[in-house]
Amino acid sequence: MNKIYSIKVAGAAGQGIKSTGAKLAKFVSGHGLNVYNYHEYPSLIRGGHNTVQTMFSLDPVNSPIQKLDVLVAFNQESIDLHLSELNPEGILIYDEKMEAPKIESGIKIFPAPLSEIEKGFEAIKKIVVDNLLNNLDMSRDNNKIVITGAEAIGSAAIAAGLQFSAIYPMSPISGILDHIAKYQEKYGYLYKQPEDEIAAINMCIGASFAGARAMTATSGGGFCLMTEGYGLAGITETPIVIILGMRPGPATGLPTWNEQGDLQFVLNAHQGDFPRIVLAAGDSEEAFNLTLIAFNLAERYTCPVVVLVDKNICEHEQSFKPFEYAKYQIETPNRRLPGTGIHFVANSDEHDDEGFSTESAQIRVTQMKKRMDKLEVCAKNDMPSPQLVGPALADLTIVSWGSCKGAILDAMQSFPNVNFLHLTWFSPFPAQAVGEILAKAKNILAIEQNYSGQMTRLIREKTGIEIKNKLLKYDGRMFYREEIEEAINVSLRAAAKQSL
Amino acid sequence: MTANDLNTKIFPNWCPGCGNFGIWAAFKNAAVAQNWDNTNTVIVAGIGCHSHIINFVNLTAFEGLHGRALPVATGIKLANHKLNVFVFTGDGDCLGEGGNHFIHACRRNINLTILLHDNAVYGLTTGQTSPTSPCSYTSRSTPGGNIDSPLNPIALAIASGATFVARAYSTDIKSLSQILIDANNHDGLAVVDIMQPCVTFNKDYTHNFFQTSSYQLGEDYDPTNKIKALEKSFEWAGDNSKIPLGIIYKENRPSYESQLPQLKNGPLVSVPATKRDISSLFRV
Repeated sequence: MNKIYSIKVAGAAGQGIKSTGAKLAKFVSGHGLNVYNYHEYPSLIRGGHNTVQTMFSLDPVNSPIQKLDVLVAFNQESIDLHLSELNPEGILIYDEKMEAPKIESGIKIFPAPLSEIEKGFEAIKKIVVDNLLNNLDMSRDNNKIVITGAEAIGSAAIAAGLQFSAIYPMSPISGILDHIAKYQEKYGYLYKQPEDEIAAINMCIGASFAGARAMTATSGGGFCLMTEGYGLAGITETPIVIILGMRPGPATGLPTWNEQGDLQFVLNAHQGDFPRIVLAAGDSEEAFNLTLIAFNLAERYTCPVVVLVDKNICEHEQSFKPFEYAKYQIETPNRRLPGTGIHFVANSDEHDDEGFSTESAQIRVTQMKKRMDKLEVCAKNDMPSPQLVGPALADLTIVSWGSCKGAILDAMQSFPNVNFLHLTWFSPFPAQAVGEILAKAKNILAIEQNYSGQMTRLIREKTGIEIKNKLLKYDGRMFYREEIEEAINVSLRAAAKQSL
Repeated sequence: MTANDLNTKIFPNWCPGCGNFGIWAAFKNAAVAQNWDNTNTVIVAGIGCHSHIINFVNLTAFEGLHGRALPVATGIKLANHKLNVFVFTGDGDCLGEGGNHFIHACRRNINLTILLHDNAVYGLTTGQTSPTSPCSYTSRSTPGGNIDSPLNPIALAIASGATFVARAYSTDIKSLSQILIDANNHDGLAVVDIMQPCVTFNKDYTHNFFQTSSYQLGEDYDPTNKIKALEKSFEWAGDNSKIPLGIIYKENRPSYESQLPQLKNGPLVSVPATKRDISSLFRV
């Protein structure tokens, strides 16, 4: 295993922390290294404490680790808060305008002109290369892209033939909006800033009704407002893609932090029953692929398709091989469109085939069945088997979803006897396949970033299997690789003890 | 095409004497005169007594949610701006549930025509006070009399940036038809506040009240003066005053969609969605 390097850049919001971290990621990726950037920041524009932690290695790296090789401190607070995370032989870079820190240990200390962004970055780079990376071959070619999930999703929508988008700004999906708004003239689609999320989803429904491929995005709070439009798309059978970037709730919650607390909400939101396709990505590459698929599924089944991502995916840069979409083909609309000379009504009231309102019991039943059958057809024709990563037979099977994937994959490097069931389809749900995998598992550990184990509850509902061994985190912070390693060790020890 | 060609298999189920019949007739007459048909026109409705009109006019329609007709119509217009898009909405739909959408539609100046069925009462829910109900109005929701001040849709539309604002009376079918034609021909957001009686639940705003308390604006009235139009919008029935009918405000300002470079070569949907090469977007 190759070393994972870890550099934390810390300071006040507005000091250039985020851009320094992004530059570092591009720099190391430019030398052929794999990189993952972890951002922590409060919901403020200036002031408040910001950090970016850059992990990089010759091996794949998908999550943060707890220890630092380098701490770049833009202010004294950063030293006070993070010095304990620095390895004993680590490097501390501080702003030369600060008083030189007095540290009695093996830590190497360097001043740098951090208040000047460009000059500061060059100084950081030189210190890091000379003192940390001196044994690393830096002549490797770069064949990687460095991308956030927001950019991946926005790019996927553009590739998928997006024609109309209305997105109200909200963390953590504002990056999707920024990306889509920026390229609208270049690619000829339209982004409209709406007055609220209710308008966002209704504008997209209107545009889709008129024949445009339409997408909106929001976080949980905005999705509360979209809930009525969600069902409207269902009953009017209007294709629409909704990206939901999760953050901790309820209400305003922790606006700039991470959670996976909206799964049950998205699966159950809105009154009554209607078909909804719900997919969830574990990283930016999956977010890219699922966004592409979502547009086609929406068109094929004329219903809303939600792609769940979370703050970690939306905002963290990671290096990937350039995403592959050569085989992607656009599903052409096979539905009635306005302005084509035919009469029809898209109706939020129950309706007959032409769309006229009706309260006929017989038509109601026919229409409900017609709509709800879509999920069964989708499950049969489009839903892939869930991925089981690692050996087919293992001492422990981890089940998880969303951005927990990264830390789990990284932790599994130390455990050849552990496998991982990563779920990406939630409606329809691959109940049979999940049930079979879990029935065979010797021991199970469910990992989620929410309080109540929302995926675990769904697994029980769909398969009857109750998973008692759960690692649940809901403090807004990302899973570190070490936390997962510890949970695996605890699970394996408990299993060994039980089998004695 | 005749007005009868625009009828559907369903005959309107509004109460006998409802103002909606006049709006229905006036709209069909305007459609015949202007050749609004399924090749060029879409109607959008919210929810309320007004929204049943989608069942009674043989034009492609979207009946959305209560208060949400305007964002749906905005999406339709931006996706296919060659379509005539008419928004049927009510005083509760447009000014209560959908008030936020109304002010933003006005300021955007998208080329939509709003037909605001304004009977100052919630009819479909059997008679509660609406945003345009007068003070002291008694209803099931205000048995002791309404204390809220009524909204003035004309003043609100002008202040919010609408560029064509008119008031009509539902039973004057001929005038209403002409105003609807003018409103649709206007390049920008057009609001037509249509005073209509609710014969079942509003005993104050009756046919007789509207007929005796309103007057048509004359040739001498200049609708292009915004301040004068705002003053005019506050005229209402009183001892020495009546309710003005006609075009109260008109302004030439570029419509939203006329300013979008993406729409210069035709509607967004005139070109089928195509897969795009995004390799230049990946940061290496």
